[in-house]
Amino acid sequence: MTDAGPHGSVDRVIEVCELTKRYGRTMAVDGLTFTVRPGCVTGFLGPNGAGKSTTLRLTLGLDEPTSGGVTVDGHRFRDHPRGLRHVGALLDAGDVHGGRTAAAHLSILARSNAIARRRVDEVLDEVGLTDAARRRIGGFSLGMKQRLGIAAALLGDPPVLLFDEPVNGLDPEGVLWVRGLFRRLAAEGRTVFVSSHLMREMENTADRLVVIGRGTLIADETLAEFADRGTRRTVHVRTRDTTALAELLTSEGASVRPDGTGGLTVTGLSARRIGELAHRHRHMLHELATRTASLEEAFMELTADSVEYLAGDTR
Amino acid sequence: MTATTPQTSAAAPARPAATPRAARFADLLAAEWLKLWSLRSMRWTFGLTALGLVALNANAALADYQNWPHYDPRIKAVFVPEWSYNDTFTNNAGLVLMLIMGSVGAITVVGEYGTGLIRTTFAAVPARRSVMAAKAIVLTGVTLVYGAVASTASFAVSQAILSGRHLGLPFDYPGAWRGIVASALLAPVCALVGLGLGALIRHSATTMVASAVVLLLLPNMVSEDRRWSAAISHALPQRAWQRLSEVDAVPQHVPYPATVGGAWAVYVLWPLVAVAVALVVVDRRDV
Repeated sequence: MTDAGPHGSVDRVIEVCELTKRYGRTMAVDGLTFTVRPGCVTGFLGPNGAGKSTTLRLTLGLDEPTSGGVTVDGHRFRDHPRGLRHVGALLDAGDVHGGRTAAAHLSILARSNAIARRRVDEVLDEVGLTDAARRRIGGFSLGMKQRLGIAAALLGDPPVLLFDEPVNGLDPEGVLWVRGLFRRLAAEGRTVFVSSHLMREMENTADRLVVIGRGTLIADETLAEFADRGTRRTVHVRTRDTTALAELLTSEGASVRPDGTGGLTVTGLSARRIGELAHRHRHMLHELATRTASLEEAFMELTADSVEYLAGDTR
Repeated sequence: MTATTPQTSAAAPARPAATPRAARFADLLAAEWLKLWSLRSMRWTFGLTALGLVALNANAALADYQNWPHYDPRIKAVFVPEWSYNDTFTNNAGLVLMLIMGSVGAITVVGEYGTGLIRTTFAAVPARRSVMAAKAIVLTGVTLVYGAVASTASFAVSQAILSGRHLGLPFDYPGAWRGIVASALLAPVCALVGLGLGALIRHSATTMVASAVVLLLLPNMVSEDRRWSAAISHALPQRAWQRLSEVDAVPQHVPYPATVGGAWAVYVLWPLVAVAVALVVVDRRDV
């Protein structure tokens, strides 16, 4: 990519290096090191209180790290006099003044960064808020505020974008839209870093994952790698002679347990292999499905030790 | 952006120009102006309170106008200029002005911290000191206009009412302009004190209380009968304004009178210190 993308700069990497932030006695982020690359959507996952928002605030120079640091494009973000053309960010949809209209809010941001006024109308249109442009933000729903925050992030047409829990409050149509938007931004060669505490939000959006828990790094890999390292895939099988099939599969090395509804949950054999075995031994299968919830399970399993706030009886 | 490609081909760029105009400080001034003026509550505050101040002063003049026939001869003897002068911008109007302007100045800062907007602002403009400086300059400009309008209009209206009894002072009366200017400048002085307190405290309610204490309450708690407490009193904006609004011809029967020069110094130093504090703390703290 010689002159690819809208900015001509090749390097759009976010580099987090030994990042540590302590608030009083709480260690919010503890020696985090990872890299976020351009051209793909990177999911930033972790349970509530894992340090995701703190990391993003440190990236934007809003908080000063206790030690270590973050660079974007090789620079500390705070070294830029103006930020919107370098990094677009939605940290909290509530970080607005309810007394202003959406258009006024964006106009102020645009003006401070010498961005043309027409860009305000463009991003409002992009996020579907054109009709609400002259309405005061105080009356917006959370979903509308998220859209406004995304509009603000897009204002400077930046090569790097950060979104903290952007899906919160969006309706199903909005969730689909935002996924498409992230994919498009990544396809344009931008760096897109999206935080969430829910794995399933990332499943259809992210190419790579950075997973943290209690302020430390748990995983930094592709979505496929992440899926493989978690729970082994399970296959759901349903047949007439459950006992006979269970014996057969067990003899082939699988681990089989009843799923409580008359079917079997099988680990250690692929769906394809189970189908072949059943066919050879003349078992008629009513259902044969690989369970797809493994990502969520992998995530839960990985972060189980680092969940900050647990409901009373779950541990 | 360091795209120094000198290509000026006729081909229209598919995207907006990759080398946008660099943002200047003037853009921050414009942004802060929009910020202030895009709030409906702010526009109403300025408009209504300016009218309110003029009305307050006009009312004092009107009372004197109506009561004039019943006044004691001794009062009548000193009415011009002392009483006439007091009606141009009454002490009460001064206190109201200080309270409002202190709050307005505070709101420009704590309004951002309280809502969280400050994070959006600083993510857009990492040069925090520039933001704060732009805020202070815009606030100074707006409140100066406000103060000038309120002060000049008050003078004109009050003196017009009093002139019905031939008690009015003309604009060119000796010292009249000093009073008008002092009342006008009181607005930005207090607004900047509020801004400084807001930047320091960052919490809405606490800032409002602190502003009221410093500007209004403190002057009432220090007497002027000792040298040291008189010095403290004279160093406060409220007392400085009162000194500048007094007519020099009237002798001051106090042991340690405040000086006009000292009062002007207070007018300069308070806002300077307030802005300096704001510029220092805004850069150092997490938001």
